[in-house]
Amino acid sequence: MDAVANNQSATEADGKDTTLIYRQSRWTRLTHWLWAFSLFFMLLSGLQIFNARPQLYIGKQSGFEFNNTILEIGAENTANGPRGFTAILGHRFDTTGVLGWSGPPGQETPRAFPAWATIPSYYDLGTARVVHFFFAWILTTTLLVWLIAGLINGHIRRDLAPRLSDLRKLPRDIVDHAKLKFHHTREYNTLQKMAYGGVLFVALPLMIVTGLAMSPSMDSVLPWLNEILGGRQTARTIHFTVMALLVLFFIVHILMILAAGPINELRSIITGWYRTDPPAKHDQPTERSA
Amino acid sequence: MAKFQITRRKFLTASSLGLSGIALSGCDAFDSGLGIGGGLRSFLENANGLTYRAQRFLAGRDALAPEFTEADIRQPQRPNGVTAPDDDTYKGLLANNFADWRLEVTGLVEKPLSLTREQLQNMPSRTQITRHDCVEGWSCIAKWTGTPLSLVLDQAVVKPQARYVMFHCLDTIEQSLSGDIKYYGTIDLIDARHPQTILAYGLNGKPLPVENGAPLRVRVERQLGYKMPKYLYKIELVDSFATIGGGRGGYWEDNGYDWYGGI
Repeated sequence: MDAVANNQSATEADGKDTTLIYRQSRWTRLTHWLWAFSLFFMLLSGLQIFNARPQLYIGKQSGFEFNNTILEIGAENTANGPRGFTAILGHRFDTTGVLGWSGPPGQETPRAFPAWATIPSYYDLGTARVVHFFFAWILTTTLLVWLIAGLINGHIRRDLAPRLSDLRKLPRDIVDHAKLKFHHTREYNTLQKMAYGGVLFVALPLMIVTGLAMSPSMDSVLPWLNEILGGRQTARTIHFTVMALLVLFFIVHILMILAAGPINELRSIITGWYRTDPPAKHDQPTERSA
Repeated sequence: MAKFQITRRKFLTASSLGLSGIALSGCDAFDSGLGIGGGLRSFLENANGLTYRAQRFLAGRDALAPEFTEADIRQPQRPNGVTAPDDDTYKGLLANNFADWRLEVTGLVEKPLSLTREQLQNMPSRTQITRHDCVEGWSCIAKWTGTPLSLVLDQAVVKPQARYVMFHCLDTIEQSLSGDIKYYGTIDLIDARHPQTILAYGLNGKPLPVENGAPLRVRVERQLGYKMPKYLYKIELVDSFATIGGGRGGYWEDNGYDWYGGI
């Protein structure tokens, strides 16, 4: 493998041995940044689209004469003036200033997600749809390119495919992450495999599938899709829920990069080169070759 | 090892700096260039053409939108847009229960038509229980009865150079400085001749109510609600819509929605 062949030993000024390895292929790096870029625009245009109908329902249709609403973000007049609220599964929260009622002091308006979280910042469903569908093509194409490249160059099999040993290492991996104690090796640890694999093989495909299920034209091509998903409005609810999970992934991803050493982590996803831990005297040889 | 570890304090400081940086990156940065005709907007709109071609390729001419059962009709069809036209012409026609209303079929046709409600209702009809999907995101299932548009087009004999069917409506959707703007819209001949594309005069077993577009509205079941104009009075066959209204093929299209509403 080229990664091994390219291993370089470097001696730092302080005399410690460190090893630079070529960890991320150009395909991984290119697709990573295309995803980062397109997911940013898809999220912010998606929140704008949601603002047009800030309710989520379960089933084939939206209940106007019956109640199948599971989430609602709105504004209401109270004794203390207009307030924003968010209602999830019957639980109601005051979210004034962020969700439902927001804006510069004195210029607040009723809107589900605030101006700073949407593209465009002002209410414009048509433009948000243009942005959303443009980046949907970029995102989907990137996922396909990554899948093909990853199958050919062995990235998926070598780095992401879970092994029995991953299961064995899971408890210690969780403890290490909780202690912010990171091992810098060529391989992804178990939680990384779960997170990256979950995003690339579950979350993103589910976003694409539920997105297509909302298209009335695609419904004529794949009428069974909404039946599997539980109806168009359930598909829309899943689309929104997976969005929230992707945002959660992004936050944890950034926090882990900051905790594990942002320079080194960024270098590897930009240039491919990653500084691994110097081989410690007490390390078992088997551990490094796992 | 220690080289790669950071202290808890450093970690918390760096994290909060990173998160506030994200929060501060307000999104009005992208507002310019996204207006209709803007350079960025026009570039991004290329994807709509790709979507149109991809969906036409996959769905073909005759793939049917899902149809539902009576049990799925759980509520009246939710009205949207104009629900009570204030136009004198419309109110006059309504006062007479549309006895004086006619559907004109004009433009690039060999035999222009002027059809009464009875004439339309005496033609073969189609009834379908379908899901109306609004561009905003909501859906509503209802039973629609009407005359297949293809039968009307056949009767009028469409000229070969015709490319779009334009629907002219009686309702004023917007009052602008240059006068009242009436709702209008266009679809291509593939959707116009689709088996589920009907000129609907019945809703849930009753005559079409005013709020849903009486006396006649179009159903284009593979597209979103804004592509299904209400209060129809004229169908015009055209080879281009570039010189009509804002030139984008419909009232909402002129205001930024995609001409193709299949997604």
